[in-house]
Amino acid sequence: MKKIKGVNDFVVKFANVNGTGSASANHLFAKAIFRMGIPVSPRNIFPSNIQGLPTWYEVRVSARGYLGRRGGVDLMVCVNPQSMEKDVQSVEPGGYFVYDSTKPLAQHLKRDDIHYFGIPFTEMCMKEFSTPRLQQLLKNVVYVGAMAALLDIEFPVLKGLLNDQFKGKEKLISSNVHALEMGYQYAMDNFSCPLPIRLEKDFNIAPHILEAPHILMNGNTAAALGAIYGGATVAAWYPITPSTSVVDAFAKYAKRLRIDPGSGKKNYAIVQAEDELAAMGMVVGAGWNGARAFTATSGPGLSLMSEFLGLAYFAELPVVLIDVQRSGPSTGMPTRSQQSDVLAAAYASHGDTKQVLLFPATPRECFDMTVEAFDLAERLQTPVIMMSDLDLGMNDWMSPPLEWDDNYQMDRGKVLDKEALDEAREWGRYKDVDGDGICYRTLPGTHPDKGAFFTRGSSKNQDAIYSESGDDYVQNVDRLLRKFETAKQLVPKPKTHPPIEVKKPKTKLKLGALFFGTSASPSYEAVEMLTAEGYPIDTMRIRAFPFHESLDRFIDEHDLSFVIEQNRDGQMRQLIMNECEVPRNKLISVLNYSGTPITARTIADQIRQALNTKSADVVRLHPEDA
Amino acid sequence: MSYIKPNFRHPRLPENALGHTVADYDGAISTLCAGCGHDSISAAIRNACFLSSIPPHRIAKVSGIGCSSKMPTYFLGKSHGFNSVHGRMPSVATGASLANRSLTYIGVSGDGDTASIGMGQFVHLVRRNVNMTYVVANNGCYGLTKGQDSATADHGSISKYGEVNSFDGIDLASLALLQGASFVARSFSGDKEQLEPLIRAAMGHNGFAFIDVVSPCVTFNNHAGSTKSYEATRDHLDVMPLDFVPMREEIRTQYSEGTSKSVTLHDGSVIYLHKAETGFATNDRTGSLTAIQKAKDDGRILTGLLYLDPDTQDLNHNLKIASRPLNELGKDELCPGSKVLNSINEGLR
Repeated sequence: MKKIKGVNDFVVKFANVNGTGSASANHLFAKAIFRMGIPVSPRNIFPSNIQGLPTWYEVRVSARGYLGRRGGVDLMVCVNPQSMEKDVQSVEPGGYFVYDSTKPLAQHLKRDDIHYFGIPFTEMCMKEFSTPRLQQLLKNVVYVGAMAALLDIEFPVLKGLLNDQFKGKEKLISSNVHALEMGYQYAMDNFSCPLPIRLEKDFNIAPHILEAPHILMNGNTAAALGAIYGGATVAAWYPITPSTSVVDAFAKYAKRLRIDPGSGKKNYAIVQAEDELAAMGMVVGAGWNGARAFTATSGPGLSLMSEFLGLAYFAELPVVLIDVQRSGPSTGMPTRSQQSDVLAAAYASHGDTKQVLLFPATPRECFDMTVEAFDLAERLQTPVIMMSDLDLGMNDWMSPPLEWDDNYQMDRGKVLDKEALDEAREWGRYKDVDGDGICYRTLPGTHPDKGAFFTRGSSKNQDAIYSESGDDYVQNVDRLLRKFETAKQLVPKPKTHPPIEVKKPKTKLKLGALFFGTSASPSYEAVEMLTAEGYPIDTMRIRAFPFHESLDRFIDEHDLSFVIEQNRDGQMRQLIMNECEVPRNKLISVLNYSGTPITARTIADQIRQALNTKSADVVRLHPEDA
Repeated sequence: MSYIKPNFRHPRLPENALGHTVADYDGAISTLCAGCGHDSISAAIRNACFLSSIPPHRIAKVSGIGCSSKMPTYFLGKSHGFNSVHGRMPSVATGASLANRSLTYIGVSGDGDTASIGMGQFVHLVRRNVNMTYVVANNGCYGLTKGQDSATADHGSISKYGEVNSFDGIDLASLALLQGASFVARSFSGDKEQLEPLIRAAMGHNGFAFIDVVSPCVTFNNHAGSTKSYEATRDHLDVMPLDFVPMREEIRTQYSEGTSKSVTLHDGSVIYLHKAETGFATNDRTGSLTAIQKAKDDGRILTGLLYLDPDTQDLNHNLKIASRPLNELGKDELCPGSKVLNSINEGLR
C-alpha cells in the first residue's frame, strides 16, 4: 500500500469534541513545530457552541513557508466518535489515521488505502489518572506525545513549552510531561516511528522564513497592539465572534502599557456598548472630539454601523473599524471564515458613500495597518475599515516580528489649534483650500471666538451652515470624491510578484491573479503549482480600496486575471468592475465560500478548469489570435 | 419662523463673571415654527449658560434628529455642536465625554428621538452616568413628519387628525429614575423661572442630569383634546419652584424657615427648593416615583427637581480614566515604543 511521504511538508488534522481541553494540547503540538523553526500554520475549525460539538484543528506544515491551507489531510488524529466516519473519509489515499482504540474500530470505518494507528487513549488515561477531569484533559496531551514519536517532534521542545505554560505550577508540569511520555512510549513500542511524513529541523526551510525571527500570533491580537501603538484612546465595542478578541487583547495590553504612572489611572477608555450602533456612535463622538477611537466587529455589526458610517463619511469624521469577517448573511456561520463584507464595507451606508478599506494578509500587516488606519482616518477625516477575517483574526499565524520605528509621528491630519485659528482669516470647515478635497477641522473647546461650527449629517455649505442648495450639495459631494482620489495615493499600494520563467509555457495568454487578505498565501502556492505545470501567472495582492492605478494597469496588461476570494458573489471582482474600466470577461472569479478557508488546491483546480473551459473565449481575447 | 434676527442689543447689557453679555451666548436664528416651545428652551439654555458664566467654547452641544435636535443651532453659536443620527445622540455624547472630560456637554433630544428610536441608547446613557445635561423637548408628537403621535403622547390625548391615543405614554422622568439617574427634573417650556435654574443646576451636576421639558408643538399638538397643548399644560401644572445659586456667589434671597430646602451640588453651588408640600424629598427615589405617579393619576404634571444625588460619580470616574483629557495625550503617553514591542515579540516565539 502507498504511503504518503514528506519531510516538513504535510497536513495533520485533529478531530476533537469542543470544550474538552483539546485546544491547548493542539496548540502545544503546533507551537512545538514552530519552535523547531519549521513553518507551520494551525487552524481551528470550530462550531458556534461552547461544549459537546465536533471541532477540528488543522495543522499545515510547509518548509517552503506556505501558510494558507493546502487542501486534503495526510494524517488524521481522531478522538471524536461523532465525526469519525467523515474523518476517515477525508484522509488522502496513502495517509494515516490515528484513533482511540479503547473500543475496536467499527468495520465500516475501515479503508484499505490508509494506514491505521490505534492507541487506547481513554483506557490509558483511566488507568493512569485519578479524576475524570484529568482523564479527559490529559488524553489530549497523550496524543500529542504519540505525535511526537510518529512525526519526530523534539521532545525537549515540548517539555520546554509545558514549562513556559505552567510556570511555577510544578504539579501540572509533571502530570503533563507524564502524559506526553505515555503517548510517546506507546507509539515507540507499537509502531515503526517516525512515519514517512515527519519533521526535521533546518530541512529545506525557505530562505524568506529564515530571514526574520518569526513569531506565532493571531491577527486580532496584532490589530489590538496596532491600536495601542497607533495611539487609540477610546475603544467602544459590542461582543461578536470573531472580532471579540480584538478588544479583549486591547484591554489586556492597555492594562499593562497604558496606565498613567503618576495617578495609576487609565490613559484609555473601553466601553462595552449596548449594541453595535452605540459602539460606532461612541467612536464617532470620540473622533469628533479629537481622540483616536476604534471599534471591532463582524458582518452583522457592520450592517448596524452602516448608518453611522454614512454620517462619519458625510460629516467627515475619523473612525477606525476593524471588521473581522465571518460567513454571512445574517447569523450565517458565525465561527466560519469568509471575505464576504467587501461590498457592504466599500459602500457602507445609504446615499453615495465610498469607504476606505485596508486588507491585511498577515498578523504583521494587521499591526501595521491598524496603526496606518488611525493615521489615514485623521488625515482623510473619514472612516477607515480594516478588513480582516476569522481565519486571520483568530488563528495563529507565523509572521515576521512586529516592528516599531521610534521616530513614528502620529498624523493627526489638518486640525487647526488655537494658534492656527488666531492666524486664520477666512476659515470655513468645508473649504478645499489645498485642492486635495481635505479641509481643515477644528475641535470643540479650542478657541474662545473662532472655529466653532456645527457638525451635521445634513447638507451644508462650505462654512458648515445648513443648506439645501443643490449647488452647495453637489460641490460638497464632488469634493468628497476628490478626497477619495487623494486617498488612492495614501493607502497601502498593492504588491506584485513577477512570474517565474517557464521554458515551454502551455499558453500564449498573459495570466494574472488578483487576491487579498487570507486568500493570498494559498494563491501564491496555487500559482507555484500552476507555474510548474506550464502556466506562468503574475500576481497582485490588493491591499486597499480605493484601488491604486497600478491595478488598472495590471488588468490591462493581462489577457485574463483570476480574482481569488472567499465569498459567493465575487465581491472583489464586482468592486473592481465597478471602479475600474475593465471588460467583464477579463476577470474570472475563483471562489470558495464553504466557511473553511480557501485551499491552494481549490484555487489551482478552478484555474485549470477555467483555462480549459474558457479557452474559446480566451483565445478570442488574445490579440495574436484575433 | 422668522428670518431676520435683529443685531440690536442694549448697549449696557449686563455682563457675567467672564465679561460676556447674553448676546455672546446667542445662536443662529431659529427656523422652528413661531411660538414653538422649543425656542423657549433654547432661550433658557442660553440664559442659564450666561448666568452660570460658562465659557461658550467650553460647552459642546449634541443632538439627534427632529425639531428638538435642530435646537442646538439656535443657542451658543460659539460652541461646537453635533447634530448626529436619529436616536443615537447618547452614544455620540458618551464617546465625546470619554475623549474630553473637561468640556460641559448639553444634549438636546425630543420625545421621538429619546422615547422611541433612541430608547435603547437613552437607558444605557442613564445607566453609565455620562456627565452631561440631557434635555428632552417633549411635545408628544413628531413635528418634522407632521404630527404623528410619539411614544410620550398621553393615553386619551387626541391627535391633530382626531385620533384618540390608545397607548400609555412613556414617562421618561420615571424611567430615568428607575434606571438610577442621579439628577431628574421636569419642567415646562413656558416656565422660565423654573426651567433656567433647573438647567443651571443640571450643568453644575457631576453626572447625568435629565430634564424632561413639556414643550408644546404649536402646529401639530396645540389643539383642544391634546394633553400637551399650552393650555392643557398650564392648567395641569404642579410646580415646585427653585433657585440656583452658583458656587462663590453671595446668597441674596431669603426664604422663611420651613418653606425652603437646600441641596449643595458637587461644585459648591446650592439649589433652593421652595414649597415642600409635595410630600417627598429630592433624595428619595421611591418617594419621587410615587409623587410622579400620583400626580399623573390626578391628571396633573409634577414639575421641578424630582431627584438629586449630588455625590454621584460619572462614567469617566467610574472607568478610572486619567484626569487629563484623552484627546490631549500624545505619542509619549500612548505609544510604548520599540523596546516593549521587541519583548512582546519575544513572548510570541
